[in-house]
Amino acid sequence: MAKPASQHAGGHHDHEHGHHDLESLKTLGFWIFLMTDVIIFGCLFAVYVVLRNNTAGGPTAEELFKMPGVIAETFILLTSSFTSGLAVLMMHAGKKKALIGWLAVTAILGAAFITLEVTEFIDMVHEGATISTSGFLSGFFTLVGTHGLHVSIGLVWMVGLMIQLSKRGITPVTKRKVEVLSLYWHFLDVVWIFVLTVVYLMGVM
Amino acid sequence: MRSKLTKYGIGLLMLIMTVMLSGCSSSMMVLDPKGPIGADQRDLIVISTILCAVVLVPVIILTAWIVWRYRDKPDNKAAYKPTWSHNTKAEITWWAIPIIVIGVLGVITVKYTYALEPSKPLESDKKPLVIQATSLDWKWLFTYPEEGIATVNYIKIPEDRPIKFQLTSDAPMNSFWIPQLGGQMYTMSGMNMTLFLQADEPGSYYGSGANFSGPNFADMRFQVDATSDDDFSKWVSEVKSGPTALTLDGYEKLAEPSSSAVQTFNSFPDGLYDKIVNKYVVGEGHHHGSEEK
Amino acid sequence: MWGNLESFSDFFVTGDPLILGAQVSIALAMVAIVLVLTIFKKWGWLWREWLTTVDHKRVGIMYIIASIMMLFRGGVDALLMRVQLAMPDTNFLHAEHYNAIFTTHGVIMILFMAMPLMFGLFNIAVPLQIGARDVAYPFLNSLSFWLFFFGAMLFNVSFVIGGSPDAGWVAYPPLSELSHSPGVGQNFYIWGIQISGIGSLATGINFVVTILKMRAPGMKLMKMPMFTWSVLSSCLMILFAFPILTVTMALLFLDRFMGAHFFTLDAGGNPMMYINMIWMWGHPEVYIVVVPAFGIFSEVVATFSRKKLFGYTSMVFAMIGIAVMSFFTWAHHFFTMGSGADVNAFFAVSTMIIAIPTGVKIFNWLFTMFRGRIRFTTPMMWTIAFIPCFVVGGMTGVLLSVAPADFQFHNSYFLIAHFHQVLIGGVAFGYFAGLYYWWPKMFGFALNEHLGKWAFWLWNIGFYVCFMPQYFLGLDGMTRRLYTYDFDMGWGPLNMISTVGGFLMGAGFLFQVWQIAHSIRFFKRAKGDHWDGRTLEWSIPSPAPLYNFATEPVVNDVDDWWETKQKLAKGEKLAPKPALQPIHMPKNSSIPFIMSVFWFGAGFGFVWDWLWMAIPSMVGVAVCMIARSFTYDDDYYIPVDEIERTEKAAALKEASI
Repeated sequence: MAKPASQHAGGHHDHEHGHHDLESLKTLGFWIFLMTDVIIFGCLFAVYVVLRNNTAGGPTAEELFKMPGVIAETFILLTSSFTSGLAVLMMHAGKKKALIGWLAVTAILGAAFITLEVTEFIDMVHEGATISTSGFLSGFFTLVGTHGLHVSIGLVWMVGLMIQLSKRGITPVTKRKVEVLSLYWHFLDVVWIFVLTVVYLMGVM
Repeated sequence: MRSKLTKYGIGLLMLIMTVMLSGCSSSMMVLDPKGPIGADQRDLIVISTILCAVVLVPVIILTAWIVWRYRDKPDNKAAYKPTWSHNTKAEITWWAIPIIVIGVLGVITVKYTYALEPSKPLESDKKPLVIQATSLDWKWLFTYPEEGIATVNYIKIPEDRPIKFQLTSDAPMNSFWIPQLGGQMYTMSGMNMTLFLQADEPGSYYGSGANFSGPNFADMRFQVDATSDDDFSKWVSEVKSGPTALTLDGYEKLAEPSSSAVQTFNSFPDGLYDKIVNKYVVGEGHHHGSEEK
Repeated sequence: MWGNLESFSDFFVTGDPLILGAQVSIALAMVAIVLVLTIFKKWGWLWREWLTTVDHKRVGIMYIIASIMMLFRGGVDALLMRVQLAMPDTNFLHAEHYNAIFTTHGVIMILFMAMPLMFGLFNIAVPLQIGARDVAYPFLNSLSFWLFFFGAMLFNVSFVIGGSPDAGWVAYPPLSELSHSPGVGQNFYIWGIQISGIGSLATGINFVVTILKMRAPGMKLMKMPMFTWSVLSSCLMILFAFPILTVTMALLFLDRFMGAHFFTLDAGGNPMMYINMIWMWGHPEVYIVVVPAFGIFSEVVATFSRKKLFGYTSMVFAMIGIAVMSFFTWAHHFFTMGSGADVNAFFAVSTMIIAIPTGVKIFNWLFTMFRGRIRFTTPMMWTIAFIPCFVVGGMTGVLLSVAPADFQFHNSYFLIAHFHQVLIGGVAFGYFAGLYYWWPKMFGFALNEHLGKWAFWLWNIGFYVCFMPQYFLGLDGMTRRLYTYDFDMGWGPLNMISTVGGFLMGAGFLFQVWQIAHSIRFFKRAKGDHWDGRTLEWSIPSPAPLYNFATEPVVNDVDDWWETKQKLAKGEKLAPKPALQPIHMPKNSSIPFIMSVFWFGAGFGFVWDWLWMAIPSMVGVAVCMIARSFTYDDDYYIPVDEIERTEKAAALKEASI
């Protein structure tokens, strides 16, 4: 079982080793955090499913959703998940520049996704479909918006991490950070697949 | 070592328990039912209490005995086995005891749950009287669709005849409860709940809104008078010849947040109750609850 | 800019003498604190040693202090209610005020008293019991505390600013919606719970990882102290339950803030959904707080019976069973909402099933005392008092779970009496036992036992006097949350008795305060192993040094310290301790405190719909997180000579007792 340095009462000589253990501890914590996030999304999905027919005379899913944009979003996000995977591969190969480069590509794709989503939301609001129109739209905006918020937070995180990487290079700490971020990014990708299926595809079907 | 304080403490505690238990008289509403549903629920309460007491009383006696017997006194001759911490037979026993008790209670509960399902009509050769109850802020509106009359914070019912209460709300949810006739049921906006009750003997019973619904919630009380069929018909015709009718405007005013005294109306708008229920039904899939099947 | 404020009195609650009194005393207390800190030049000390600390022992102490303050506030609420109800037709409190008070009483006692007291005890005991230097994430731990603290403060501030929430402690919509509660009180409710809830979730993650990953070598899962097991079960429940609360509060907020329609009556909202969600969190929540109490009883009963805990394996499985089952019972909170016989039957039986593992635990505690030697110290007295109290409370719980009978109990004082009996008899008694038990370990001095016994008897007698009559009131048709009742109902005498009991408990609390003050005044140093304990925390000095264990302990048995003492008594030689080495420690950080202040600002801004305040505050939160991410210099080493000095000083103190 992995033990953090504080457990070894370790001296300076195994400082690096100790850090490595502390980092694995943090990765585990992040996994558990993601599990709680799964529950949060699970609740939001459940709420959406309960409310999705309560359109209260407002626009319905078929009237509202424009699939080309959604498919573009999906494609962009899936690609960004792939590029974040490439970033991790570069990190393991010790290629700092390539790592930062792929992270940058990932961030740009993520930003593009958010831009598309925000545009989609704005269009809806212009059509008179706001969060306060009906139970269905409350559920929709909250579920999709929460996912978008997660992606946005991920973007800020990614930029911060790129700065840290360029200053400090690939160390056990930055390594763990990249791994955790990539985990987060893949997680958001999976959530998006569910959003695509439950919200958009089931909505227009 | 037991201090004086401990001795007084235990003594006082025993005294309180005795007083409390002797205070458990049968005049409590729930334990003094006047209708078949209430009576069944009382029986169920008594049965489940006895079942629980079968475990409860020995455990408490056992606790007292163990605490007394194994107290840390230099001259205590009781056995002391500091490492005795496992005994398969003993542990199987006390996994088994609660399993058996809960098993028995579970079977009884499930049986009663189906038997006493509130929307199930009562067995009777008489046709049930329908009363529609609407909880408002902070008063109860009762409409008698067949008689065509309405009351506020007051119900009169014939004895020995099943009453079919239909319940809804035009305000935050509440709960309709007449303890001596039987258990409560929630009133919720957009839902039409059904509760069958019956009074076996004439009398005046206490009813209230049991679920908190805002500032004047304490005023949501009503009286239920059970009378003979004749008296009931007489009362209906009296109300019918009363001066005021409930109009739609009148209802809107009545629904505004305030308390109210007892009122009677000689008529009410057609389909008022359905209108109240449907007011909140939006989209599909919103209905919930034990609606009429 | 001030949005919904039209006059001064919209902001400060005015016009009620009780609240005015509270405002004046709060202001005086704040001035006094500032003065004392300034006169004695303690600001720097407070900041360096406490506000920025990441040491689990200090975080634990801060949790406990905060929770005792909250116990006082919640207790005053309770007594005000009891005064109002003592006699029929009383005009001591008007309806709105009464409604606010029972709402804040419930929220404070569960979320801002029981939870932090529980987290305090986690912090104090768990790392010491498992032989760890700290929790897995000390920084996060400090953040959890400050989030709780500022969340609680935000909630409490509503008492004097803006007005308290008054829709009940679980705030059912539509009553809690803007349509029926237009004031800001409900916003305070949402944000107070939301902010502290994030902290609770983080604590859950923290302790799960701590327990799974940071145990001393040799301490297998089935050799963990029972309290640690209970913390693990409780934290696992937190991980599954608290996200649901977060979502529920967020959705209610969106309803009120953005006009969404999740739980509204109109435009397709569904209030039933809220009721399901709040209880999917709310039911596990009561097990989250009671399971650690079970853990404490297990520790205490073994220590003071001088006997090994009976049925260790049964205890563990019973606890896990309770944790799992707690997620399948939520609908028993609304048997009377017409879910139909199938649903009711399922949830009635699933609720009853929880009584099985609970019953097993009771038997195991009894048989731990059986053939033991019972010392009547205060922790043990609370434990002994717990057993009959909790058994009765549990039984009335089983009665409530009988669905058709619940139609008569629901919303009545019978229910009130039941949950107070399990929450006071189980949770409060348990945490008191834990507090008395670990107090010497926390502070290095023992509490006066004589005063403690006075407090114990006042609490216990007060409890029965207060709550037994309420069962009968419930059976006599008295519903909860009534601010007054008619003389004709005949509920007066029992209510009067109940009020007397409430004040007896209040007196018990005063005795506890006196007990603490007295014990500080007549300071009596406690030994490292004050109670002749069984687990690792008793193998080190009291209070524990900063680094907890000079060398990492190696564990062989369930009650390892007890076994070690047995070996020593037999004259066996212990394995030699390894040489001292520098100890890796986390550095203090001011970020948790500052970030929580920003959260408070954001919450306050959202409460009043002041985006000019909320948005910059949220930016502040983000900046704090980024600052933390850029902090690489967050640890240091305690050199060997410093450890030697500390250990020698502690040994000298120990010898002087």
